[in-house]
Amino acid sequence: MSIKVENLTKYYGQQAAVNDITFEINTGEIVGFLGPNGAGKSTTMKMITTYLTPSAGKIYVNDLSTESESLEVRKKIGYLPEQNPLYLDMNVLDYLEFAAELESVPKSDIAKSIKKMVGVCGLGDVQHKDIGELSKGFKQRVGLAQAMIHEPDVLILDEPTSGLDPNQIIEIRKLIKQLGKEKTLVLSTHILQEVEATCDRVLIINKGQIVADGTPDSLQDKFRGQVQISLVLKKDSVDKDLVLRAISSIRNIEKARISKEDELSYHLLIAGRKGEDVREDIFRKMVSMNQVILGLHQEETSLEDIFRQLTTKSN
Amino acid sequence: MKNILTIFRKELRSYFNSPVAYIVLFVFLIITGWFFTSSLFLGQVVTMRNVFDIIPFIFLFFVPAISMRTLSEEKKSGTIELLLTKPISDTDIVMGKFLAALALTGIALAFTLIYVISLTFLGKIDLGSIIGTYIGLLLMSGVYISIGIFASSLTENQVVAFIISFLMVFALFLLNKVLVFLPTSLASILEYISIDYHFGSIARGVIDTRNIIYYLSGITIFILLTRASLERRKW
Repeated sequence: MSIKVENLTKYYGQQAAVNDITFEINTGEIVGFLGPNGAGKSTTMKMITTYLTPSAGKIYVNDLSTESESLEVRKKIGYLPEQNPLYLDMNVLDYLEFAAELESVPKSDIAKSIKKMVGVCGLGDVQHKDIGELSKGFKQRVGLAQAMIHEPDVLILDEPTSGLDPNQIIEIRKLIKQLGKEKTLVLSTHILQEVEATCDRVLIINKGQIVADGTPDSLQDKFRGQVQISLVLKKDSVDKDLVLRAISSIRNIEKARISKEDELSYHLLIAGRKGEDVREDIFRKMVSMNQVILGLHQEETSLEDIFRQLTTKSN
Repeated sequence: MKNILTIFRKELRSYFNSPVAYIVLFVFLIITGWFFTSSLFLGQVVTMRNVFDIIPFIFLFFVPAISMRTLSEEKKSGTIELLLTKPISDTDIVMGKFLAALALTGIALAFTLIYVISLTFLGKIDLGSIIGTYIGLLLMSGVYISIGIFASSLTENQVVAFIISFLMVFALFLLNKVLVFLPTSLASILEYISIDYHFGSIARGVIDTRNIIYYLSGITIFILLTRASLERRKW
């Protein structure tokens, strides 16, 4: 067991930022904290990294308590805080050396571990530059290198790809996936594709509580509701009422309506019962009625839909 | 100890990476240099007195200027979160920063040794009192720095940190000057708190443990307050 969180609660004044959450993260897992801004993701991470103290509840990292064995816990953790704060006036190598010394990497190993991190994070070309001169993508790599300089068992990355351009995001994700092979990795994000692209497991957090926990696939299965089908019919010679009635009569179809209509076509939205594929029935029906199908497409419930469902319903 | 040294080295380097150290040293040497040469060439007196009289005044600005960024900048840029999640105690962080600022003041004071050396060629000087004064100045700046770092821990804004520490330092400095307006019972307590009172006796070349204890306890109190102020994030 790598991280164990028990009944964790954190109050900011009167407001509970994190409200009685409990979870466990196993060694080697890549876990994504997903949630809207202000859901309590960063607060939870700050408590795991000992920056904040819980108002109630306990956290154990490798069976060490974050409160009574704070310094020991910090040695096990590599942390990239939100917004990736860095000393902009230092150059990359000096900064990594500073980080290594603070993490009590033995003096004889410092040069070796800096070299390794420069290699892994692709910092070779910029290692002599001041951090302030670097692009956002490179700064992010410096932040990651700093977090891993002492080869921690647990890596905690708070929004590691925020503010990067799409190419940089893909590179950082690749890096994260590669790192996650050897370590327990917790990352937070409010971007869904990120979780789908990198994580083994997702914790969806909303208003300080965990509202869902599972692999991205299992969550999709669990929350898959109706099947939604969009159907586009050529407009000429269509009697729309007749078509709607015919479709509604097909087995396993719950509802059908026209969502849009333009000069050439009708767009229909059809809701089918969970787990049933009704596309073939629709196709045969339309053919039998001599209607021309321009498009027929079944939409999967995406993680995005689940996310929206879970994080907005209580508002 | 190793951690204090790591922070110390990093802080001292960042002083000299930015214009702060150079500007502050430059101004310090211009002012002390003026007072030295004017007493020597205009007053025709072989003495450090004028220089030593002005340094406590310069410190009122000098020390808040070098200590204002120590923690407020870390808070503003968020690097404080990096620092406080490393396996290093809050005390080590504060001590490292304190010693780096003290070293910078030490460097400034070391430059004024040039004046002392040139005086030895020109006449007889009271070496005991000069050594005492240097020790006193260093201890005085230590108290000011610990106040400055404490003020810096209270805010993200360097200017606010500067003003808070200037006011606190100025109050401590002024205390000795307003004693005449106070009832005697209160005056004796305030006299003990006043930094000038203790500096006066050290500067005469008398190194009394009571004065040393005064300075060291002042430094300790403000370092502990700074640590408490860093802890505050946790509540």
